[in-house]
This record gives sequence, structure tokens and C-alpha cells, in this order.
Amino acid sequence: MNLTWMAWTLPTAVFFITILVLLCGMAVWEYVSPGGNPRVGVLRFETTRGDRLFLSLLGSAFIHLAWLGLVGPNLWWALALSVVYAVGVFRYV
Amino acid sequence: MDRTWNNKAWFMVLPVLLLVAFSAVIPLMTVVNYSVQDTFGNNVFFWAGSEWFEEILHSDRFWEAMGRNLVFSAIILVIEIPLGIFIALNMPKKGWGVPVCLVLMALPLLIPWNVVGTIWQVFGRVDIGLLGYSLRALGFNYNYVNDPFDAWITVIVMDVWHWTSLVVLLCYAGLVSIPDAYYQAAKIDGASRWAIFRYIQLPKMNRVLLIAVLLRFMDSFMIYTEPFVVTGGGPGNTTTFLSIDLVKLAIGEFNLGEAAAMSIVYFLIIMLLSWVFYTVMTAYDAER
Repeated sequence: MNLTWMAWTLPTAVFFITILVLLCGMAVWEYVSPGGNPRVGVLRFETTRGDRLFLSLLGSAFIHLAWLGLVGPNLWWALALSVVYAVGVFRYV
Repeated sequence: MDRTWNNKAWFMVLPVLLLVAFSAVIPLMTVVNYSVQDTFGNNVFFWAGSEWFEEILHSDRFWEAMGRNLVFSAIILVIEIPLGIFIALNMPKKGWGVPVCLVLMALPLLIPWNVVGTIWQVFGRVDIGLLGYSLRALGFNYNYVNDPFDAWITVIVMDVWHWTSLVVLLCYAGLVSIPDAYYQAAKIDGASRWAIFRYIQLPKMNRVLLIAVLLRFMDSFMIYTEPFVVTGGGPGNTTTFLSIDLVKLAIGEFNLGEAAAMSIVYFLIIMLLSWVFYTVMTAYDAER
């Protein structure tokens, strides 16, 4: 199958593989511990671990954009901040 | 452990997953790939990293289009929500008038977006359009083709004509679900028309109103077809909203990298709004 029209690069492939691995990890987690571990956190409404992953990824995207727009192109600090944010989401949301 | 969950059921959603993969995920992946590269055609790409994103985030053109979009959304919300409530309050609650009003309200919603644009494009023309010609005959210097203010008025009125019905229908659904006992109690207490609206109807409508606000905000934030058909984003760039700007960038200027980066930023904003919408809806369902 010729996928050159999709213009793949190594970094984008790694990015999507990471997302896929995260989703597979979540699926395995769900298989081992079904139900999604719903709870009411700081947002005052019920979230499952799927919701928390979604919020982590969406928030991380905005953190990276904000870093790019306000600070500069070195995104390693934005990545570190996103990891801290994701841990916070999984812990408190 | 008490296993009440059957995870094998997830295999049932596999066909949908494959369908979504082909229709949404693969194009999205391609857009992400484009957003970090530059091309001059011929399927040859050069690595650009985060350059296009920086360019978009520092681009006056992008923020101006975003500003126009937000102003447009704010204006149509300020007009459509109160107007929708007003019409819903005055619609008949029983008798032959109910189906007549409901059909009349549903009509604009059934018209395809490009047809709405074409209707208003012709309607507003000063040479053959009823609106444009009449306004000219009344002495107004109306011309949506070269006057930014007139173009904005036309696009806003068109949107109000097209979408206020949605707010009306949602509010009407909220209003008819209020039990008669509330009105009887208000009558016994001698409540004024305003007091009935303020303390009975508005609180009972607040959930559907929230849905109406979110729906209209999301729709207006993604508006493309109608203003594109009527004004083409002009005069100048005065009615160039985000989606119109995106198409100009991608197809008009063949600037695929920048357009892809803009698509992703736009997509993330819409995704955030969709999440808010979904959360509000599910919280409402849970309360019920």
C-alpha cells in the first residue's frame, strides 16, 4: 500500500503510535478493571478514566500551543508541563 | 470480583471504528503530517517542525479572522436567543396554530446551507433583489458587495433568519413541558406576566437554553457556506471567518502546511467546545 500521499514523517509516526499505545493501554486497563473507575473530582461532575485521558491530551495540546505562542519553539518544557498536568488530571479530576 | 461488564461487546463497535478511521482519523493524520512540513507540490515534502504553528499563532490574519468569528457568534447569540424565547413564548400552546407554527419554524432549518446563501445573495442584490432594491428605493445606500457594514448586516440577518427557529423550537419544547400546576399556582398568587416568566418559565427553560446557546455558538463558530456564497468573505476580508480563511489558505494559496496548522488549532478549539457541550448534555441527562 502506497502511503506517500499521507506525507508521513518519523516524529508524526511516533506521535500517533504513542496515542495508539495509550489507547491500547487504556483498553487493557479497562479489561483488567472494568467500569472506567467513575468518580466526581474537582470539576464537580463524574469522569471516567477515558474522560481523564481525553482531558489530558486536549489540555496538553493547548499547553503546547500556548508555549509556542507565548514562549518559543523549544517544546520540551511544554511537554514536561503537560506530563505534570496529565498526572494532576488523573489524580484530581 | 462482581463482573457485570461484558467487554466482548466492544468488538461490536469495530465496524464503526473502521468507518471512522477511514472518514476521519486518516484525513486527520494527514493534516497533522502536513502541518509539520512544507511542500511545493509533486508530493515532495520538507520538514518544517513547529514553524507553521508559530506562524499561525503570531499571524494577525488568523487572530483577525478569529476575532471576526467571535464577534459574529456573540452578535447572533445576543439576537437569536432573546428573539427565540420571545417567539416561543408567543406561540400557541394548543389548537390548529401549533402544527402551523411548528412547520413554519422548521422550514428555514430544512433548507440546505448553500441554498440559504443563494437566496440571500439574490435577495440582497440592489439590481434584482427584493431586499436590496427596496432599501435603495427607500433611500438607503445599501450595497452588501462593497460596504463592509452592509455585508455584516446581511450575513447576520441571514443567520438570524436561518437559525432562530432552532432556538424557538428548543424553547417551545421547554415551555410545553411545564406542568399547568405552576401556572395555576402563579395565578392564585396574582403573579404578573413578568414574574411568571422570571420565576417559572425561565428556570424551566434554562437547560434547553444552555443547549441552544452551545449549539448556536458551535455552529456559528464553524460557519462557512452561507457567508461564502453571499459575500465570499468580502468586501476585502471583512466577512472572512475562520473557515473561509482556512479554505483561502489551503485551496486559494495552496499553502498546505500553514492551512494544516490552522486546521489543527481550529479543530482543537471545536473539540474543546464539543467536550463542553457533551459534558453539559450528559450532566443534564444524569440529573433527569
